[in-house]
Amino acid sequence: MTINRSYRKIKLQYIGRKEIRRINFTEASFKKMLLLSAIGLVVVLLAIFVTLLISSLPSIKAIGVGFIYGKTWDPVVDHYGGLPFLIGTLLTALLALIISIPFSLAVGLFLGEYFRSGVISGIFKNIIELLAAIPSVIYGFWGLFVLVPLVRSLETTLGVPPYGVGIFTSSIILAIMIIPYSVSLTAQVISLVPANLKEAAYSLGATRFEVIKNIILPYTRSGIFAGILLGLGRALGETMAVTMLIGNSHIIPTSIFSPGNTMASVIANEFTEATGDIYLSALIEMGLFLFVVTTIINVIGRRVIKRFSIN
Amino acid sequence: MAGTILKAKNFNAFFGQNQVLKNINLDIMRNDVVAVMGPSGCGKTTFIRCINRMHELTPDATAEGEILVDDKNVYKMNLIVLRRKIGMVFQRPNPFPTMSIYQNAIAGYLLNGIKLTKSKKDEVVETSLKRVALWDEVKDSLHKKGTFLSGGQQQRLCIARAISLNPEILLLDEPTSALDPISTSKIEELIYELKKNYTIIIVTHNMQQAGRISDKTAFFYLGEVLEYNVTKEIFTNPKHEKTQNYITGHFG
Amino acid sequence: MTIEYRNIRNKLFKGIVIILTVICTLPLLLVLYRITKEGISAINWDFFVNLPKPVGEKGGGIANALVGSGLIILMASVFAIPLGISIGIYLSEFKKTKLAYFTLLSVDVLQGIPSIVIGIIIYLWVVKTMGHFSAVSGSIALSMMMLPAIIKSTEETLKLIPDTLKEASLSLGVPYYRTILKVILPAGITGILSGVILSVARVAGETAPLLFTAFGNPFMNTNITKPMSSLPSIIFNYAISPYEDWHKLAWGASFMLIAIILVLNIITKIAQRKWRVQF
Repeated sequence: MTINRSYRKIKLQYIGRKEIRRINFTEASFKKMLLLSAIGLVVVLLAIFVTLLISSLPSIKAIGVGFIYGKTWDPVVDHYGGLPFLIGTLLTALLALIISIPFSLAVGLFLGEYFRSGVISGIFKNIIELLAAIPSVIYGFWGLFVLVPLVRSLETTLGVPPYGVGIFTSSIILAIMIIPYSVSLTAQVISLVPANLKEAAYSLGATRFEVIKNIILPYTRSGIFAGILLGLGRALGETMAVTMLIGNSHIIPTSIFSPGNTMASVIANEFTEATGDIYLSALIEMGLFLFVVTTIINVIGRRVIKRFSIN
Repeated sequence: MAGTILKAKNFNAFFGQNQVLKNINLDIMRNDVVAVMGPSGCGKTTFIRCINRMHELTPDATAEGEILVDDKNVYKMNLIVLRRKIGMVFQRPNPFPTMSIYQNAIAGYLLNGIKLTKSKKDEVVETSLKRVALWDEVKDSLHKKGTFLSGGQQQRLCIARAISLNPEILLLDEPTSALDPISTSKIEELIYELKKNYTIIIVTHNMQQAGRISDKTAFFYLGEVLEYNVTKEIFTNPKHEKTQNYITGHFG
Repeated sequence: MTIEYRNIRNKLFKGIVIILTVICTLPLLLVLYRITKEGISAINWDFFVNLPKPVGEKGGGIANALVGSGLIILMASVFAIPLGISIGIYLSEFKKTKLAYFTLLSVDVLQGIPSIVIGIIIYLWVVKTMGHFSAVSGSIALSMMMLPAIIKSTEETLKLIPDTLKEASLSLGVPYYRTILKVILPAGITGILSGVILSVARVAGETAPLLFTAFGNPFMNTNITKPMSSLPSIIFNYAISPYEDWHKLAWGASFMLIAIILVLNIITKIAQRKWRVQF
């Protein structure tokens, strides 16, 4: 009896059967939507891999391992050797990495140790972020009109053929583009070094340089390595700026000033013109290679970071 | 039993393998204030979170046995119906940060999509805020964010939010543990007022508080109810040695 | 080792760090300087309302690219925002499940895929199926590139929202889906929005994935099933052309693109500072 009374008094608690069914349905649909979207992403990733693999099969069957060591790429006679592009890709990426490492480390120390907060730190942090925000195509355009003439005059002075464009020019632009990525990680791991470790060294009379050299760098080694690795991942797949600056030559580069081609730049240049199944398939095979390599690099890099930040 | 609003029967609760409530049997009368007391980790909070089934939000959390509200097993009721019937106030004040004081007071309606006319809304806001004695303090700033209020005011706003849906039972999980003494005494006065309309179950650490405001007290120890009796009786004449120790401050 | 030597070495190192850091800022300043200088002189009324004209004719503009970029990005956002937020909610709500682990891994992998590879994939999936290049295929490619930033910002923002808010809502009998949509998402809206804006800023300049999808179009086109021009593709095509007139248009387009990206970045900065929800 008391129950009935209370139910009549408080109508709000009474929800119709229909209403409940409607809510339950929406609730179930909502949860299904969340689940499906998460599954969807995993499926899309797998589908990307499978699509690339299947589409590369004609080329893999026709060319086989010759794709890796073949020196000539001549679609007219259906000859697809990828060695020039493999070398071009590795050379530009490694050179870019070498150029960028001292800068990434310096900026990482600047933001993570010397100027951890305040106006100066804020300004430089924003500048580095903006460096990452500038589109690749604009770096390429700028490089074409500013960097290429500079490199050309350098080449004239050195007495090498003054192409202006080439591996070296591309690597400089790539270095500029990957610095922000390495820096954001390097600065982060450096700022995570426990204060008590540093204080212990200071209390023994160490200078800041000695603290950096003996405490900070050893402590953050794996994190800095991950930052460089992720930079490498970006450099390998970077397309537009490199396409505009590398000179698009199908010959194996003989020096760092030679023009060349990377896998990404060949795809960008030839994909829409690729007639013939094997030609297109060979380009897709390079895409597959880039996908696999960057994925491995990314997974390893992020593992290392995760382990570092847990420690 | 006439007048029994809540009944726990052989109730057990677990976190994974870990049993946190052991064979709870408890009857709570309509319009009583029941204090749930005991040392930390004894399952008090888990117990009241089982009443409106917030317990099962935690991954791995399970329960068995029965809790009856108005003779209906809560584990067989629709969650929405159950939770509208039972209001809850948490340890730390948690007004919705994106809502104004006004919206917070009728959040139960807004979020549940219950349409009200403007005048009805105003009425609900005013009555709920008056019931928690907050109206005079905030009536000129109803459209400010709820998070601008002081801790004590925020907690009263949370109580207003809980009672605006006219629940039958109000669960309070250490509602004053994050508040200063003045705010605490205001909330205690409020509980005294609210008991005319609601059945209140309050988890508290504070023995004086239990003594001041409750009609009955349940003493929890390691997941069991060691003693459940009229508060005065528990404080003056505890049956169990552990209760006695706790009340006299020997542990906890 | 004398103390003097150690002190000098210490100061020298700090000096090198500062010099290298300052050198790092040079590219940005030089790029901005050159683009502003060349770009502003290219921008006038014709630039906004006209189509590109044949070499030699005066008064060409990039109206088609501006409209195209706007449409392609708008469509990409329509695809990516609901999906990204939905995945982000899943990750923050069900963080301990196996699926969450694999989804998060997929997000990381997707973030690292070179944009040119995304272009190939959408070419194979959409362009080949439709039989021709189209704006909508470009939007799908860009939406895939937007997803990681949206998912991560949603997940990271929602993770910081105290559980007690969710409990407060559920304890009022509010269904789970309404709790998420009306309590949790509004509380995290600033973080989610900044992720969205940043992802728009990021893809606004993406060129590689558009090469084989939206392709480009010298004419005004608003039909999403046809090839469409965009700011980055016009910059690419005109930059590598040999004509002075077209270079000028490319500088103007670069200036527009950089200005848009800068404004979007500034908006997020302000939003993060000013409109943060207090708990």
